Amino acid sequence: MIGWAMWLAAGGWWSAWLERLDAWLIAPLRYPLLARSMEAAVIVGVVSGVVGTFVVVRGMAFFGDALAHAILPGVAFAYQRAEGKTDGLFWGGLVAGVLSALGIGWLTRHERVREDTAIGVVFAAMFALGIAMISRVNNYAGDLSHILFGQILGVSPADLRLIAGFGAAVLVVVALFFKEFMIISFDLALARTLRLPVELFRLLLLVLIAVTIVVSLQTVGIALMVALLVTPAATASLVTHRLLPMMGVSAFLGAAASVIGFYISFHQDIATGPAIVLTATAFFLATFGVQQVRSMWAGWRGVSSATVEAATRTE
Amino acid sequence: MTGNGLWARFRRAENPPSVQCEQRGVVLAVRGLAAGYNGQRAIEGFTFDVHAGERIGIVGPNGAGKSTLFKALVGLLPHQGTISILGASCRESHAMVAYVPQHEEIDLNFPATVWDVVMMGRARQIGYILPPRKRDRLAVRAALERVGMWALRKRPIGQLSGGQRRRVFVARALAQQASVLLLDEPFSGVDTTAEGDIFQVLDVLREEGVAVLLATHNLAQAATHYDKLMLISGGRMIAFGAPEQIYTPENLARTFGERIALWREGEQYVVVADRPCHAETHTP
Repeated sequence: MIGWAMWLAAGGWWSAWLERLDAWLIAPLRYPLLARSMEAAVIVGVVSGVVGTFVVVRGMAFFGDALAHAILPGVAFAYQRAEGKTDGLFWGGLVAGVLSALGIGWLTRHERVREDTAIGVVFAAMFALGIAMISRVNNYAGDLSHILFGQILGVSPADLRLIAGFGAAVLVVVALFFKEFMIISFDLALARTLRLPVELFRLLLLVLIAVTIVVSLQTVGIALMVALLVTPAATASLVTHRLLPMMGVSAFLGAAASVIGFYISFHQDIATGPAIVLTATAFFLATFGVQQVRSMWAGWRGVSSATVEAATRTE
Repeated sequence: MTGNGLWARFRRAENPPSVQCEQRGVVLAVRGLAAGYNGQRAIEGFTFDVHAGERIGIVGPNGAGKSTLFKALVGLLPHQGTISILGASCRESHAMVAYVPQHEEIDLNFPATVWDVVMMGRARQIGYILPPRKRDRLAVRAALERVGMWALRKRPIGQLSGGQRRRVFVARALAQQASVLLLDEPFSGVDTTAEGDIFQVLDVLREEGVAVLLATHNLAQAATHYDKLMLISGGRMIAFGAPEQIYTPENLARTFGERIALWREGEQYVVVADRPCHAETHTP
């Protein structure tokens, strides 16, 4: 009886909280535009978390960043053609991204050109070409900043269908060839010994990264894309020792950063892309900090840091 | 449980049958093999046959082309000539060459456990798209138990010592169930106990009809532990045959220069060279 009375007495306080919760979390989603953006952000978080795992374990952060910039000419071309229709940007970016990825794959095939050198040459040129194309349009600065930093609130139903469709396709390909991607990432010599089509899988992976970048274009834009590919996966690598769990954690963190960043963006009136990226960075710093403190604590207690590191990671 | 039940399969995997191998067919036929790096030939003129169950020591000084030969055989280098691989051993083995390099070119921070690494060797048997099946898990377990790494199967690959990592890579090659196994200097950085373990594994492989090619520069050990030896120098095959036939002063001189001598004193082979570090004895 006393419990019931207390529950009733607390009712006022409790419902105020519920209302605040509603205003914070549910109200934004009542606008179809915002709900769509949210869905897009979650899909992007998951897909880039999964693909980003390969980017991190293969040390391809520079490639990811450069490829994101290299899609600019395609986007700019589509932008000049399509009068305000955003799904054209997707296709333009997709073509430019896949072509750049295959181009770099072809250039670095025989190691005659160092990979990072080739990336630097090709992608800076592509980015310059894109800026040159956009600079011929009238309101150049505003348009460029939308493409560079993302404009998530412009997600149309057609955009969302493309994002969902291509995002799902990327996840399916990763699921089908997970084993092969893992082998070519871990031990190229084994992959060749087993007579796997190494080049084919390498190019397929580059294409998957390109598609992921284009899918994420509207959410975080070109300039911050690399953070979505690298940061959740880097955080995941701190807490697990196996590729598949790392991928799961990375996808979860990507989605969580997207959702939380989206709300922060909405309520604090911050651009969505930076809000998502900063949230993901906060996850990383928090995880890294906790591990540092734990290993320091263990050091004081005379336990070797390697033991603690092993203990704090899950199997 | 029936004879083909899971339990029976499990037991077979745990205790591989010690069937004496009748079949002594050729599992690897090499004709006129030449290979190199960046268009420059590092080895040429290799013609030899390897039979099922043979253990062949590849002996030669540093830079003789041992590693190049292995990389060419396994398809890591563009080559001329023909390499025919046949699955002619007794147990279920695949027409495939498994290879344990001298230095694994891997990222030690890669998120993979010992188990994951050995399972990678099963990729061909698992096939595309499909996940590992029971028989793959049994093969991985058997391979890990053989090299004594089963207890450490959950350990991340980056937290192993050099010798432990070497054994994991041997286990991965075993899990491939290839008809030919290439081991490039498997004893460097491995203590004497682990060396004995590896030889025990090699004895089992011999019974199963798996041919093993093993690069080594331990001349005295090579004389006693192998069925055949191949002397290599300057990218060419100097001699190939049973140790007592090819360990002639002329062959050794052509392989190592004039400065080496090897003779048998009772049960021991004694190697003496100009440089004292080359002097070693070995009891068979």
